[in-house]
Parts: sequence; structure tokens; C-alpha cells
Amino acid sequence: MAKFQISRRNFLTSASLGLSGIALSGCDVFDSGLGIGGGLRSFLENANGLTWRAQRLLAGRDALAPEFTEADIRQPQRPNGVTAPDDDTYKGLLSNNFADWRLEVSGLVEKPLSLTREQLQNMPSRTQITRHDCVEGWSCIAKWTGTPLSLVLDQAVVKPQARYVMFHCLDTIEQSLSGDIKYYGTIDLIDARHQQTILAYGLNGKPLPVENGAPLRVRVERQLGYKMPKYIYKIELVDSFANVGGGRGGYWEDNGYDWYGGI
Amino acid sequence: MDTVANSQSTPKADGKDTTLIYRQSRWTRLTHWIWAFSLFFMLLSGLQIFNARPQLYVGKQSGFEFNNTILQIGAENTANGPRGFTEIFGHRFDTTGMLGWSGPPGQETPRAFPAWATIPSYYDLGTARVVHFFFAWILSTTLLVWLIASLINGHIRRDLAPRVSDLRKLPRDIVDHAKLRFHHTREYNTLQKMAYGGVLFVLLPLMIVTGLAMSPSMNSVLPWLNEILGGRQTARTIHFTVMVLLVLFFLIHILMILAAGPINELRSIITGWYRTDPPAKHAEPTERSA
Repeated sequence: MAKFQISRRNFLTSASLGLSGIALSGCDVFDSGLGIGGGLRSFLENANGLTWRAQRLLAGRDALAPEFTEADIRQPQRPNGVTAPDDDTYKGLLSNNFADWRLEVSGLVEKPLSLTREQLQNMPSRTQITRHDCVEGWSCIAKWTGTPLSLVLDQAVVKPQARYVMFHCLDTIEQSLSGDIKYYGTIDLIDARHQQTILAYGLNGKPLPVENGAPLRVRVERQLGYKMPKYIYKIELVDSFANVGGGRGGYWEDNGYDWYGGI
Repeated sequence: MDTVANSQSTPKADGKDTTLIYRQSRWTRLTHWIWAFSLFFMLLSGLQIFNARPQLYVGKQSGFEFNNTILQIGAENTANGPRGFTEIFGHRFDTTGMLGWSGPPGQETPRAFPAWATIPSYYDLGTARVVHFFFAWILSTTLLVWLIASLINGHIRRDLAPRVSDLRKLPRDIVDHAKLRFHHTREYNTLQKMAYGGVLFVLLPLMIVTGLAMSPSMNSVLPWLNEILGGRQTARTIHFTVMVLLVLFFLIHILMILAAGPINELRSIITGWYRTDPPAKHAEPTERSA
């Protein structure tokens, strides 16, 4: 009897090792072709374009993201990514409460702008209670106050050849051999001019905290969180991704996320 | 019945007269295998996506300052070193080696689902999303093609639609399955109809709907969807639960095929031809002949 138990245990052990070995090699098989630029990956990425077009077709320019009530604000907005920029420039600006901070609007515009916080806050504002959806899967509802991006774009007068709005940020997201990489991202002009797309300086009735992107972050309510850069200091109108980081339209996009973060 | 024209009797050496009938149309066979292929990739990439946030919540949002977590997979340091745990409705289980903490001996890492169950095997949310959404298109397109084809060729009406007689046969059918006593006929039995119908008309559509409900852009198109489902995080929890049900279906499906005769069952879903039982000598009157 004892002998049988040992052999059964041996059998079960070797069987489970064998099975997990097969499964292990099975999944490793797909790893090689899936890196950015890999053949299999590039083929599968074709579906991203289809997903983007389908969502654009259905949602159009104007469909609004759901808005919620005060009762749905049950916790502080969860901060994510960089929550305390260690950059000297940022810390310098923070030390006198962003008095020296300016929002530059440049690139393919007729009238480049340099706006102070007060100038931005004196423009018409929009307040909305929306749900922030992180690409990781969590959600958090908060009240955001800011200047509609469309008003800023109108003031700068966008040139016809401009296609994307690029956000330049003050926070270092990655330290690489070739230097610090500061966060960057793009949205197209349809989302940039969407009614709920605001340059937010207020959160839950208070000034935007550092951890959530002070002094300014963008809200793009029909997309995921990685499409809403924080610590913005420059908005540049561009006609392609050629000079945007690695050429895929944003920091996370250059690391494999889809450019249209609608799902 | 139209299968009569598509059947051939083959007297076997033992004298039993069995019949090969053409049971599965090419639409059923083709879509079956595309689903199997797609669901494999959707499952493994989906588990990778889950690993990015290995918690499930109920409601509109995730509770960070309040508790609406119903499932959590994680790792914790204990006196015996790091352990993996799975917590469901507040009940905690040690799942070291499988869930929460896994990897080759000496190289374990904190991860909800182990490397062998995810695509890619290493942590890579972006790539998993590419794989997941690619196959989401394949799966939903194939489901639509199958639905149209099966409405036209009568598969749904003839083979899947439950009849009153199915309900009457149900107790007997359950006993037969429990005893692994299978009848090989042109028609699906009651439990088969329930299982296949449940997957095709309930689980897969629910998977697609809850998947869309997690999309912020689709929320602007169909704002009522999350209100029906109970909020985006509930939709995510349903999405995960349906995954578990589909895996359970798969396991039972494979078990039943092995028990009912894998060669015959595989032949029918590959070539369409299925060997039915010899007619009983003293056939009881059936609904059809009655």
C-alpha cells in the first residue's frame, strides 16, 4: 500500500510537471513575435485601427461620456503613474505655487500663446463629474474643473494642416541611457474639441493636487487614463507623429499601448 | 428527414448496423474551430489583462477608500516567506504556486495568474490588449456569421431550439449523463441543447456586451448599458465570471467528448459525418412516430 502511494505521488508529480511543461512552452511560443515591431504583433495591431474607426463611427464627434452626481464621489481621485515629479524645473515651479508656470501653445497655430494660471482660470470653465478608467482596469469617480481645450485652440487659431494636439509634460516617466524621458501624448482634433475635453486645474472643488497633475492636466473623458497627461506645460499642434517620441503618438504608445484608448 | 439522403449504412463485422449521417454543416464546423482558436487566445490574453489589476469590484467604481472588492489575488510576506493568496467574498485561500505567487522554483514572482496561463508569458498589458481585441473582432464576427448561417440552414430551429419534449426528457437525460450512458443520434440531447444554447445565446453575447461596457468611448454611445449591468466595475466582474463559466463549459465539453467516443465526435466536428447508434430491435414509440 505504501509503495503504491509513493508511486502514485511520483506519477502525479511527473504528470503535473509534464503538463505544466507543455503549457509553459506553449505560451512562450507566442512571446517572440509579439514584441513591438514583430511580424505577428504588427499583423494583430491592424485590429487597433479597426477598433478606433468603429468607435469613432459610433460615438461621432459629440457623444458625451456619462456624468455622475456628487453622491458618486466616494473617495479622493486615485493618483497613478508619476505622483511627485522629482524634476528640478517642476520643483522650482511648485516652490512658488506655479506663479512662474506658463502654458505654451505652439506648433501649427497662427498665434502662439503663453498663458498664466490666472489667464486660464479667467476663461470660461466647465465642471464635470466623470469616471476615470485606468487601462489596468480600475475606475474612480471625481469632479473636474477646467478650461475647455477648444477655447484655448480657438484663441491660438489652429492652422488647417494641424491634425493632433501634443501634450508636453514636466514629469520624468523614465530614465534611459539617452537621458530622461518626460511624459508626452497626443489626441486628435476631434477629441481635442470635444465638449468634455478640459484642461483641468480643479479636482473635487479644490485646486488640482500635485499627485493628480498640478498645475494642469487634460481630461479626455471618452478614453482611458493614459491618454490624459498630467503636469502639462506645453501644447503643440502637429501634423503627424514623426516628431512625437518614438513615432507611435505617445509615451505609452511607444511602449505598446494603442494610440486610441477608447476601450 | 433530410439527413436520410445524406446517410449511408455500414454493416459492421459484429453484425451491428450503424449509420454514418451528415450531422454538422460546414458553417457549424468552421465557426466551431474559429471560436475554439479565438477563445484560447482571448482567455490567455484576458488573464494577462486581469493581472494588471487582480481585483474585482461591484458598482460604478473601484473602492480604494471603501470596500467593494469581491475577489482579490495577491502575494504577501509571511513567516514562511512570500505566499500567494486568493480572497473571494472575504474568504482567503493559500494559492501559492498557482495564483498570486508563482514561477520556476527559486524564481517565483508576484503575479495573479501564472506565466503558463497568460499571453505573453511575461507581464505586458499592452501586448495582451492587442491580442485580446484582435480576437474579439474574429470571435464576434464569426458569431454573427454563424447566427445568419444557422438561421438560414435551419441549424438553430432544428437542432438547438428546445422543445416541450426536451423538458420531458430532461430527468432521464441527467441520469444518462451521470452514468456516462450516451445515445448517438442525429439530434442533440436536452443537456447538449442547454449547454450549446447557453454558450451561444447567453455567455458569448454577455461577454461581448460586458466587454463593450468597459469601454469609455462605447459608454458615450450606450450610456444605459452600464446602468443595466450595475456599473462599469460590475460589468468587469461579470466579464470575468462568464470567463470562468466558459472554462467550465470547455472542461465538461472535453470530458463528454472523451466519454461519448472521441473519434466519432471529432469526426463529426471535422468532416461533418457522425456514426449513430444502431436502431433498437424493439423500438419504443417515440414522439416522432407517435
